[in-house]
Amino acid sequence: MREIAVVAYSQSPCVADAGATNEVELIMPQLQAVYSQLGLASAQDVDFVCSGSCDYLQGAAFAFVAGVDALGAVPPIKESHVEMDAAWALYEAILKIRMGHADSALIYGFGKSSPGELPIVLSQRLDPYYLAPLWLDTVSLAALQARLLLDQDLVSERDMAAVVARSRRNAMDNPLAQLAGEFSIEELLAEEHFVAPLRRADCCPVSDGAAAMVIATVEQARAWGAPYARITGIDQRIENHNPCLRDLTDSVSTRQAAAAAGVHRGPVDVAEIYAPFSHQEILLTRALGLDDSTLVNPGGGVLAGNLMMASGLSRVGEVFRRIVDGKAGRGVAHATSGPCLQHNLVAVLEGA
Amino acid sequence: MVAAELLSQHFELGFTYTRSTGPVVGKFLTGLREGRVYGVRGSDGRVLVPPAEYDPLTGAALGEFVEVGQQGRLLSWCWVSEPREAHHLQQPFAWAMVQLDGADVAMIHYLEAPSAEAIRSGARVGISWAAEREGFITDIRCFTLLEGAAP
Repeated sequence: MREIAVVAYSQSPCVADAGATNEVELIMPQLQAVYSQLGLASAQDVDFVCSGSCDYLQGAAFAFVAGVDALGAVPPIKESHVEMDAAWALYEAILKIRMGHADSALIYGFGKSSPGELPIVLSQRLDPYYLAPLWLDTVSLAALQARLLLDQDLVSERDMAAVVARSRRNAMDNPLAQLAGEFSIEELLAEEHFVAPLRRADCCPVSDGAAAMVIATVEQARAWGAPYARITGIDQRIENHNPCLRDLTDSVSTRQAAAAAGVHRGPVDVAEIYAPFSHQEILLTRALGLDDSTLVNPGGGVLAGNLMMASGLSRVGEVFRRIVDGKAGRGVAHATSGPCLQHNLVAVLEGA
Repeated sequence: MVAAELLSQHFELGFTYTRSTGPVVGKFLTGLREGRVYGVRGSDGRVLVPPAEYDPLTGAALGEFVEVGQQGRLLSWCWVSEPREAHHLQQPFAWAMVQLDGADVAMIHYLEAPSAEAIRSGARVGISWAAEREGFITDIRCFTLLEGAAP
């Protein structure tokens, strides 16, 4: 199988409201950043482009097509899109390269969530007959999951507050983060509940922004001469769309994806886990089989800023960055999609 | 700098057509209209409510319907102290995962309760039907706590 590497990555700051900046304007600086990391002129210099976004955010079918304006698609390019987090656009691009249809690919994800009420917007992606008509929001779904974990003593509110405290502290060194600071567990526990048993701090913020990445065969990466990290494993698994038909106290699909991606074939120096709610980081750390030897979400993770449809790709990008910076030799990136961790992707990255 | 005036346009997001809900979802929704709750038996013998069209384990088409009770047990809940505009209950309420008597899995719906303190996991709850039923999941107005019932 062809060996594939991440060669460039960039993410915008996570901001609560990008104001009049439109999606194309959110994407373009990130594309320019990855081009400049490799000395590329434009999307014409890669073989394939794939993006991830959610038309529900803009409230119009095929809204993602407007994002192509950021690429400049003349003369014609080979381009695709997933109505998913761009981590799955990465997955599609990897398949394209593995099949020999491309040697390099540009991937980007974007989300401008601020114009709508995101937890309610996402409720309309649930089962259209049983759940969407109830307007069951994402925060409430996560709160139902948290209660199950708390009732079964699998997690405590103190454990959850500890996750938030570490996220906020780690984010102090992350200039792209939206929420950062020094908070004690006691301070966090003293806050009122938001959707009990969740407090506001247990929930990721709503953020606007974009991320971009370039991957290529190792041969192409060497030809470009940029530092790279090899993607030595990647897998994605999905569970039933009805949250009640799943064990919400575990993430079976994450366990399966981690096993198939080969997470435990070597040490895991760093893990970037896409956990939009504090209890989910604990649940996912267990499902990934990680222990104290792994540094988890050193930049604060998505509790410090969550770019819908880009944060999953960014998890891979953050592991890439730590590897090329020499801070880690081998790392794991996780992305999630759907209510209560329905769909999960796990990737393993290793140094050149 | 003067803030620019934003142009706005009314836009209703929705399907411009109707479709049949099919033999499984349709059976359930028609049952609700009649004040009955139907589940479907899965390949492992479990009764799934609301019914799944395809078996969650094998993917086989399902069609053995089982009528279940209108009361059940609260498996999980969360308290919405500030209902959102889209929510159907505008007083503080709970979301509930309820396993109806005779069902083997939970379903999610609204739970009307006076306060979070009145609710505990494992509590007995029952269906409160909508005044007018038309074959939608909202024919169940919400669940309510059953008084004096031991968990």
